[in-house]
Amino acid sequence: MRNKYSIFSLIKNALSYHENWQRAWKDPTPKKEYDAVVIGGGGHGLATAYYLAKKHNMNNIAVVEKGWIGGGNTGRNTTIIRSNYLWDASAGLYDHALKIWEGLSQELNYNVMFSQRGVMNLAHNLQDVRDLKRRTHANRLNGIDAVYLSTEEVKKFCPIINTSQDIRYPVLGGTLQRRAGTARHDAVAWGYARGADAMGVDIIQNCEVKGIKRNGDSVEGIETTKGFIKTKKVGVVAAGHSSVIANMAGLRLPLESKPLQALVSEPVKPIIDTVVMSNAVHAYVSQSDKGELVIGAGTDDYVSYTQKGSHQIVEGTLNAILELYPIFSRMRMLRQWGGIVDICPDASPILSKTTIKGLYFNCGWGTGGFKATPGSGDLFAHTIANDEPHKINAAFNLNRFVSGDLVDEHGAAAVAH
Amino acid sequence: MFLINCPYCGERDQQEFKAGGEAHIERPKQPTELSDDEWAEYLFMRKNIKGVQFERWNHAHGCRKWFNMVRDTSNDEIKAIYKMGEKPPSQ
Repeated sequence: MRNKYSIFSLIKNALSYHENWQRAWKDPTPKKEYDAVVIGGGGHGLATAYYLAKKHNMNNIAVVEKGWIGGGNTGRNTTIIRSNYLWDASAGLYDHALKIWEGLSQELNYNVMFSQRGVMNLAHNLQDVRDLKRRTHANRLNGIDAVYLSTEEVKKFCPIINTSQDIRYPVLGGTLQRRAGTARHDAVAWGYARGADAMGVDIIQNCEVKGIKRNGDSVEGIETTKGFIKTKKVGVVAAGHSSVIANMAGLRLPLESKPLQALVSEPVKPIIDTVVMSNAVHAYVSQSDKGELVIGAGTDDYVSYTQKGSHQIVEGTLNAILELYPIFSRMRMLRQWGGIVDICPDASPILSKTTIKGLYFNCGWGTGGFKATPGSGDLFAHTIANDEPHKINAAFNLNRFVSGDLVDEHGAAAVAH
Repeated sequence: MFLINCPYCGERDQQEFKAGGEAHIERPKQPTELSDDEWAEYLFMRKNIKGVQFERWNHAHGCRKWFNMVRDTSNDEIKAIYKMGEKPPSQ
């Protein structure tokens, strides 16, 4: 039985110098056979396993992870959560996730530090102004909170922004989603892992998938570095490495994997209490609870799995940050890293069945998957358990690249991809 | 970030170049005969290999010519560069 985290358990464990906390999840050896296996132990994969067990009573399942849980893009993103997408399908998908975020810490009995500090998107030219106003209206029609702000209102909401009209890309206005914000990325993976483990899910780390075994058009199991695991259902949630797994199954996906960079500064006292994103100059910034500025940069334009990224990408982002926030001019950057993001031609994700029975893909989240973690897990679990998509993720099928019914969020979403 | 040996200009910084994606995807000879599946395959589906991949690059801020590259995407090591129309080197 899993011990509940509470003020009482904290006091009790404090008395024994925090040396007797129960393991948050087990370290099992894989069984010979499972009802379903999820490939990828990031937030999306662990959430998928959690909801498979919780909502679909599939308890004889496993998550296999080649490294350690949350060591991929879950631990590499800038933790921004929002749902202000233009198209109806995207708005439905991301707001489904946002609604789950609002009660997630309570549901998981794990503090994911979800903070609805608001996300502000800036407009720097007349087309931005038109696009952001249009998106504000579209959001409201879909029941998503959004307001358009004038330059003065932007300045009032975040006083450290340079709103001088003499800079290269002056701030002409912005939008604000107050329900949006951030969460602690590691905690999301750990909370879902602990929750899934408590319901009997095996979380198997350091277990790399080497092959997908097929019998004709059906999945029979997976070859891993810890041996063969028999299963009829495989959910692939491998982010930047989705194409690698797809190639093992003889499938091709409409994805390109590219390095996306982020960086954090040295910690300072609270200076920015919201998230500010600027599409046109590609600069976004928030401040972590530790006091570091968390800065998101862009992707390189070539395929690479190196988790590094080019220097000029970071330089471009920092140039923009310094123009918008002159107060940061003497800040020193502490760390920089890259994650491999899988980008679809329409910059929308794929949560879908495939032509192979029992093989499902949850991929293509590109540069913005963290915000969707709970919703993605919930909907992908539904898709795997019922062998049919939920109506919210029906539009995000693989067949849209054949039918042409794309969910074109490229440039239409709140940030450029 | 790496150096690229442009077949026309010599060695230059990668940021002078634009990546053009997977190479040797042949434009359909009879577009009107193609099924939707074949169009999807041509337009959208990519190998996206982790390892040695054949790619097109353009020297956008230089001679503006296109050429092909064989590159290992797991470490960004360039294996070979050859001009458009030339036969790809065997691995």
